[in-house]
Amino acid sequence: MADRPASSHSNRGNLPPLSLHVPEPPYRPGDPVDYSWLDIPPAGTAPRPDEACEAAETHPLCHGLIRVLDEDHRAVGAWDPRLDPETLRRMLRVMAMTRAFDDRMYRGQRQGKTSFYMKCTGEEATSVASAFALADDDMVFPSYRQQGILIARGYPIVEMINQIYSNRADKLKGRQLPIMYSSREHSFFTISGNLATQYPQAVGWAMASAIRGDTRIAASWIGEGSSAEGDAHAAFTFATVFNAPVVFNVVNNQWAISSFSGFAGGERATFAARAVGYGLAGLRVDGNDALAVYAAVRWAANRARANKGPTLIEHFTYRAEGHSTSDDPSQYRSAQEREEWPLGDPVMRLKRHLISLGEWSVEAHQAMDRELVEQVKAATKEAEKNGILGHGLHHPFHTMFEDVYEELPWHLKDQSEQAMHERRVKWPDWKET
Amino acid sequence: MSALEEGPVTLADAPVRRLNMIEAINEALHLMMARDDSVVVFGEDVGYFGGVFRATAGLQKTFGKSRVFDTPINECGIIGAAVGMAAYGLRPVPEIQFADYIYPGYDQLVSEAARLRYRSAGEFIAPITVRSPFGGGIFGGQTHSQSPEALFTHVAGLKVVIPSTPHDAKGLLIAAIEDNDPVIFFEPKRIYNGPFNGYYDKPVEPWARHPDSEVPEGYYSIPLGKARIVREGEALTVLAYGTMIHVAEAVLAEKGVDAEIIDLRTLLPLDIETVKKSVEKTGKCLIVHEATRTGGFGGELSALVQEHCFYHLEAPIERVTGFDTPYPHSLEWAYFPGPVRIGEAVDRLLASGGRRAAPGGRNDAVRNG
Ligand SMILES: Cc1ncc(C[n+]2csc(CCOP(=O)(O)OP(=O)(O)O)c2C)c(N)n1
Repeated sequence: MADRPASSHSNRGNLPPLSLHVPEPPYRPGDPVDYSWLDIPPAGTAPRPDEACEAAETHPLCHGLIRVLDEDHRAVGAWDPRLDPETLRRMLRVMAMTRAFDDRMYRGQRQGKTSFYMKCTGEEATSVASAFALADDDMVFPSYRQQGILIARGYPIVEMINQIYSNRADKLKGRQLPIMYSSREHSFFTISGNLATQYPQAVGWAMASAIRGDTRIAASWIGEGSSAEGDAHAAFTFATVFNAPVVFNVVNNQWAISSFSGFAGGERATFAARAVGYGLAGLRVDGNDALAVYAAVRWAANRARANKGPTLIEHFTYRAEGHSTSDDPSQYRSAQEREEWPLGDPVMRLKRHLISLGEWSVEAHQAMDRELVEQVKAATKEAEKNGILGHGLHHPFHTMFEDVYEELPWHLKDQSEQAMHERRVKWPDWKET
Repeated sequence: MSALEEGPVTLADAPVRRLNMIEAINEALHLMMARDDSVVVFGEDVGYFGGVFRATAGLQKTFGKSRVFDTPINECGIIGAAVGMAAYGLRPVPEIQFADYIYPGYDQLVSEAARLRYRSAGEFIAPITVRSPFGGGIFGGQTHSQSPEALFTHVAGLKVVIPSTPHDAKGLLIAAIEDNDPVIFFEPKRIYNGPFNGYYDKPVEPWARHPDSEVPEGYYSIPLGKARIVREGEALTVLAYGTMIHVAEAVLAEKGVDAEIIDLRTLLPLDIETVKKSVEKTGKCLIVHEATRTGGFGGELSALVQEHCFYHLEAPIERVTGFDTPYPHSLEWAYFPGPVRIGEAVDRLLASGGRRAAPGGRNDAVRNG
């Protein structure tokens, strides 16, 4: 190893040696969990600046936590969005549906009906309440954990299951990993597996809307782990330079697979606080409080629509389940974290709020849950008629070569013929329908 | 640390165990970290958890958090930091969780790591080994299946290594870490647990039943730039690497073809001598890779074979590859260059003979009837 570099220490003998800081989460498997150190301000205490305020006026909010639902399940304070009971019930229903759907799809993966699934359990408010706060034609650039938006926007769950099964009815032609939905009709951008790429894209869409004098805005979601990607910096910079009408959501669910939020910078500052350096408006919100999420996103959406610019919102929440069906969280975090999470469960909190208003009941909720389970079950049966992954009922082989380009170049034509030919060799009786 | 300067040790008597590829890689990492305290390992989820494929399991416990750690999810940062650590004099072994996620770090690899030595006239070097699982066959969809090796073989200054067995994975990884130039070390994830042979509808064999899962304990290295002749033969030469070695082997065995199968092991620098010798002997060449065809490494191989062996070729060179589409989820097995695609190319090669032979070449009358 002749040209191995010298690694000798410099010899300023009187100085203490440097040491590397590597973040360590507060709890590992088996550790007892106590969250009393978490600074959680009471509901209703955060001030609500005017939507058209200077960005800097929001910056104190980046270090606090906007909360609306209090310990007695009442909606309190300046951020109470004062939604009517009917809207609250609809929101609750979509959140409960998202959970019922996740449970069923997770089991489906375990039963071998597909390759992969990701739940959003405990984080339903961050997508569902956000969707309620946006206009249905505002363009969303989601990550893989915002199935709640699609459900809120009325995308048929049979279609979601067809996509998850990659079957012959899958609108994405079986090309994408399960849950990587796309629906232009629902202003829902095609999901990428490459983290955070959607962030600058959302800014671009918002800039386009501004260029064309449109009234629609864009919103995007990433996890706190993904906020470490350079794409986030690109997005924040473009957004602030062009004052783009965009809402940035960082869903801080504490974990990025096995890495806690400290590996994205969470030990030193909140994720909302990134707004300060870029000059964005910033809000930090209790992500398990559907009303607070609604209020914050609504504030940001109104601000963007009034041409007052971008907002960064940190949703402080907890990933109650594994990262995906490929993950076993008991390997790296304490199981008690979920039980002890001080911000509760978003579905339960909204349910109790409605009950406290006299607008809902335990019985009505149970009946709704049963109904949703049945609804998902029926949709699953329906989708299974179109096939499950790996059982032959997929899109025709030639579709594999479509959409690489608008038109099929000669080499893809050749390769398409080759694929069809191979199919005939393997299954001589087969005929392409 | 002078352990590295001892040079290769022969381990003829070393105890041999059967390991799968993950275990072999894990062992190489343990060994190199123990031998050389300038080796550091980091990447997304590699520290406490030991990596999503468990390749770095146990390292943090053994070597501590300042030598084995998780990183932010930022591949540009992972590679960029590796370059900086290398400039200091460390020997970083970063992991990119999936090859499909290496692109945010591409600029740091292509414009920085690859050129440090050249642009500083050797003042700064980048002895970095970037490990990354690559390739498909696990229903990973388009972002957990890609084979981007050609994007790296095209870059002057980078070496590219791809093992196909546990035995080679350990020896090649050790050599890569010891190498003073940046090495992209792609691990075919489909064969982490067993030598997948392309027959996806049959049960997978575990590594334990494969002779190349025999991994000696302790240190050994397999020099970069040296191919392995998997099987000697006369009828044709197969050039392949990674998963496709096992697929090609199975297809040719099933067809009873006396093929010479060459596992390139290192794409860059390429063992051109072994390739040349083999193609000169057989006169026929089949190139197999899983990556997309156009601009793939097969094109480079084909050009090299043509340049070096033209007068010995008895048939047009055949390339069997993945199709030029993103990796489709549900049609994964229609995409994968499996037994049918390879088998037909073999048939074509065997059927054609002598057409391209030049006068004075080695196109003996015997073979051509
Ligand atoms: C560019 C890129 N790097 C790495 C990955 C692998 N990966 C997939 S999800 C994930 C963790 C993301 O965590 P976070 O952003 O916090 O979102 P969460 O999953 O918690 O919702 C990682 C590292 C990826 N998909 N893309």
